[in-house]
Amino acid sequence: MSYESLQTIWFILIAVLWVGYFVLEGFDFGVGILLRTIGKTEAERRALVTTLGPLWDGNEVWLLVAGGATFAAFPEWYATLFSGFYLPLFLILFGLIIRGVAFEYRSKHGDAVWRQRWDWAILIGSFLPSLLWGVAFANLVRGTEVVQQANTGFLYTGGFWALLNPFALLGGLVTLSLFMTHGAIFVSLKTDGDIRYRARELAVKIGLVAAVLAVVFLLWAQVAYSNNSWTWATVLLAAVCWLGGIAMVRAGREGWSFTLSALTLALAVISLFGMLYPNLMPNIDRSLIGLTIHNGSSSETTLKIMTVVAVVMTPIVLLYQGWTYWIFRKRITAAQIPNPEAGILDGVH
Amino acid sequence: MSALDLSRWQFGITTVYHFLFVPITLGTSFLVAIMQTMWVRTGDSSWLRLTKFFGKIFLINFAMGVVTGIVQEFQFGMNWSDYSRFVGDIFGAPLAVEGLLAFFLESTFLGMWIFGWDRLPKKLHLASIWLAAIGTTLSAYFILAANAFMQHPVGFHINPVTHRAEMDDFLRLLTQNTAVIAYLHTMSAAFLLSGTLIAAVSAFHMVRGSNSSIFRKTLKLGAVVTLVAGAAVGWTGDADSKIMVTQQPMKMAAAEALYHTESNAGFSLFTVGTLDGSQSVLDVKVPNLLSFLATGDMNGEVKGINNLETEYTSTYAGTGLKGADFAPNIPITYWMFRLMIGLGMIAVLWALWLLWMIRGGREPKGKLVYRSAVWMTFAPLFGISAGWIFTEMGRQPWIVFGQMLTAQGVSPVITSFDVLVSMVIFTLLYGVLAVIEMGLLIKTVKQGLPEASDVKVVEGNQPLTFAY
Ligand code: HDD
Ligand code: HEM
Ligand code: HEM
Repeated sequence: MSYESLQTIWFILIAVLWVGYFVLEGFDFGVGILLRTIGKTEAERRALVTTLGPLWDGNEVWLLVAGGATFAAFPEWYATLFSGFYLPLFLILFGLIIRGVAFEYRSKHGDAVWRQRWDWAILIGSFLPSLLWGVAFANLVRGTEVVQQANTGFLYTGGFWALLNPFALLGGLVTLSLFMTHGAIFVSLKTDGDIRYRARELAVKIGLVAAVLAVVFLLWAQVAYSNNSWTWATVLLAAVCWLGGIAMVRAGREGWSFTLSALTLALAVISLFGMLYPNLMPNIDRSLIGLTIHNGSSSETTLKIMTVVAVVMTPIVLLYQGWTYWIFRKRITAAQIPNPEAGILDGVH
Repeated sequence: MSALDLSRWQFGITTVYHFLFVPITLGTSFLVAIMQTMWVRTGDSSWLRLTKFFGKIFLINFAMGVVTGIVQEFQFGMNWSDYSRFVGDIFGAPLAVEGLLAFFLESTFLGMWIFGWDRLPKKLHLASIWLAAIGTTLSAYFILAANAFMQHPVGFHINPVTHRAEMDDFLRLLTQNTAVIAYLHTMSAAFLLSGTLIAAVSAFHMVRGSNSSIFRKTLKLGAVVTLVAGAAVGWTGDADSKIMVTQQPMKMAAAEALYHTESNAGFSLFTVGTLDGSQSVLDVKVPNLLSFLATGDMNGEVKGINNLETEYTSTYAGTGLKGADFAPNIPITYWMFRLMIGLGMIAVLWALWLLWMIRGGREPKGKLVYRSAVWMTFAPLFGISAGWIFTEMGRQPWIVFGQMLTAQGVSPVITSFDVLVSMVIFTLLYGVLAVIEMGLLIKTVKQGLPEASDVKVVEGNQPLTFAY
């Protein structure tokens, strides 16, 4: 296989990792943001957190692997992006930290204040990344002020405020509203009782807002910034899937709805990567040279070795992760939560 | 402070903090798996209660390990982007493999274990904790192989056009002796710590007289693990010293504050004087021990700091590194090396003492057992931190030994303001989380063993036996 095609393969593989991340962590972000909106009683909130309990960490690993794979396959991208988008990334990390601890610790005590504080941590910790991943990806597609240095490769020199342009902020709202809807659909699929129906209604409402935002954003992106015309197809398909997903949840066909919203997220990520290809970080002024899969990749040897690892490991991971989803497939109801007001460490267990 | 100094502080703080939880995860996951295996094998419900009890402690710790690890994954790009550019070809690969091979395994199967008590058949449930434990140890191997490349770069060449390191041999990177020995030494240290933790918690309950006969099992398990791991740590540490002296002689000289090359060097127990100058004034030494540790020969030659400094200065004279100070911070490396050994070995002696206290079915008694149990876990914990601080600071001024200076690795675009903000907030957040975590741990430990409950698979809409 030629060096060029290996670079393309790795671009695709990294897109696949982000698809996995948005589809999976997308719903646990959504549930996190809506925790107190859907869950009115303590038992309901605990039922919601329990639907995520066995899954959220495995979902997050998609991000870690995307990070590691970017480091290995496109070190220049890893270096330029993460040092350039320093503060937004820091906020994302902050969110992921408090959220992860909150999932694990919130039910340890029965104390209402303790739980309320962790609920805020879950909310903020889910909100920040949901918004900021959209901002970051929108900036990538739009192009940023990257300059090529003589020796050190590329640098992002635009600073923090330049990242908060209207297009990027819209991108942030798109991921935020998509994830919230996706989360609500997940809840309607995985629970029963009041929360299920509350989640359904919310899914429809937020889903329609998301539809408007996402369509405007993707069309804007396609018209103004896309490198390729084939992404028209994925953009349109994404819109169709989304509307289908909303219609399905309204009709109570939650399984179909979740499948379609997952497909939408996948198509949205594919569209964004497709619009970029073969760029990684184009310059905002397209006449200037930017970071591409060719000037940003690691050596042929590394790409080859990593390809073997990825081709062997990814199916295995998908298999056992899929199996966990199968094991925990049953709906959970608030009534099944034992002693909802007591904490795990309060001597009941 | 410059972005460089702040980045170094930030990296030091976040990494040392991450590694407070990591070794507990590495050891305790296996020890809990062993307890559960005992239950499945013997059907003795006291093992089930112990599994659940120590399992809770393990999970409270694991959560912290996970969330602090996320920061590590991105910090190289954020704060050390020139380093990432330079080594990404080689260093990124083990990181990616770690995620794909290890993190997926540990996170997925741990989730399965936590929530699977009432969903999975017994043996499958047992398998899930073993798989999670295997995941943690795999992750340790890959990250340590990456770190070993920074200590002793192998299997690469420098591309003359891009001036970047490129990979020649991935297997060499993964199997070089620096990686293997660091893995063995770190795992032994992790078991030393985890054994001590389990023995200490058990001793605490035995003295209080709660479930004494049950906690006797884990006291023995923990103490024996500590003893065996103590021996392993010494053995691997000795092997590590011999490798280090050939690969990073400056680090060995710094560890001993040995300023002049000697061929029957003694091992310094204690030094007073101008540690940071170029001479030591008073030095209590065990004759010839250092030569023996470093080379295996009582009269082997060990190079001194001043001699090495001269050697490096001439080696790198033509490379733009001219004028760099090739010696690390001597007081810190010297004392951290001693703290590492000292704090770890105290725990070993303590475990020995505990075993003696309970010999022949005796009950451990007295304030001393109780008090020491409360504090003893911290000794190997801080010993491990000291070991890392020694290893990493002893490598300075290099970020990749012989190839790149730490000062060259820092991100060119980030400002002191950026790093100051992130460092202060990370530090405050980590401080708050530490207090919360300690609170939960103390509460869990005090609460003692849960009641023995039936473990059976839940059908339909029955209440769950465990929920978040
Ligand atoms: C010797 C072992 C070791 C060392 C040196 C490090 N870690 Fe670590 N790390 C682990 C051993 C470990 C572990 C045992 O696998 C953890 C600790 C607790 C846990 O949940 O997994 C973990 C968690 C953990 C996670 C979260 C995984 C998850 O979500 O399940 C990440 C992303 C990292 N680490 C990354 C790093 C990086 C980039 C390091 C380099 C600076 C690093 N760790 C040092
Ligand atoms: C987990 C245990 C570890 C601990 C406690 C630790 C601790 C430290 C400390 C204290 C420093 C600061 C040295 C100085 O600046 O003087 C440092 C530097 C560094 N370490 Fe580690 N380290 C650990 C593992 C690793 C691993 C596994 C890697 C890479 C895979 C790594 C990469 C680095 C880098 C890039 C630096 C240079 C930045 C700096 O000087 O601060 N470390 N480490
Ligand atoms: C006889 C006792 C010991 C000797 C001779 C010894 C030796 C060493 C050496 C030479 C290193 C540096 C490795 C390098 O930079 O290449 C090291 C690192 C380290 N030591 Fe020890 N050690 C001993 C005991 C301990 C104990 C008791 C602990 C735990 C409490 C411990 C924990 C560590 C850790 C965590 C590291 C950093 C990881 C690594 O590089 O392997 N050591 N030790």
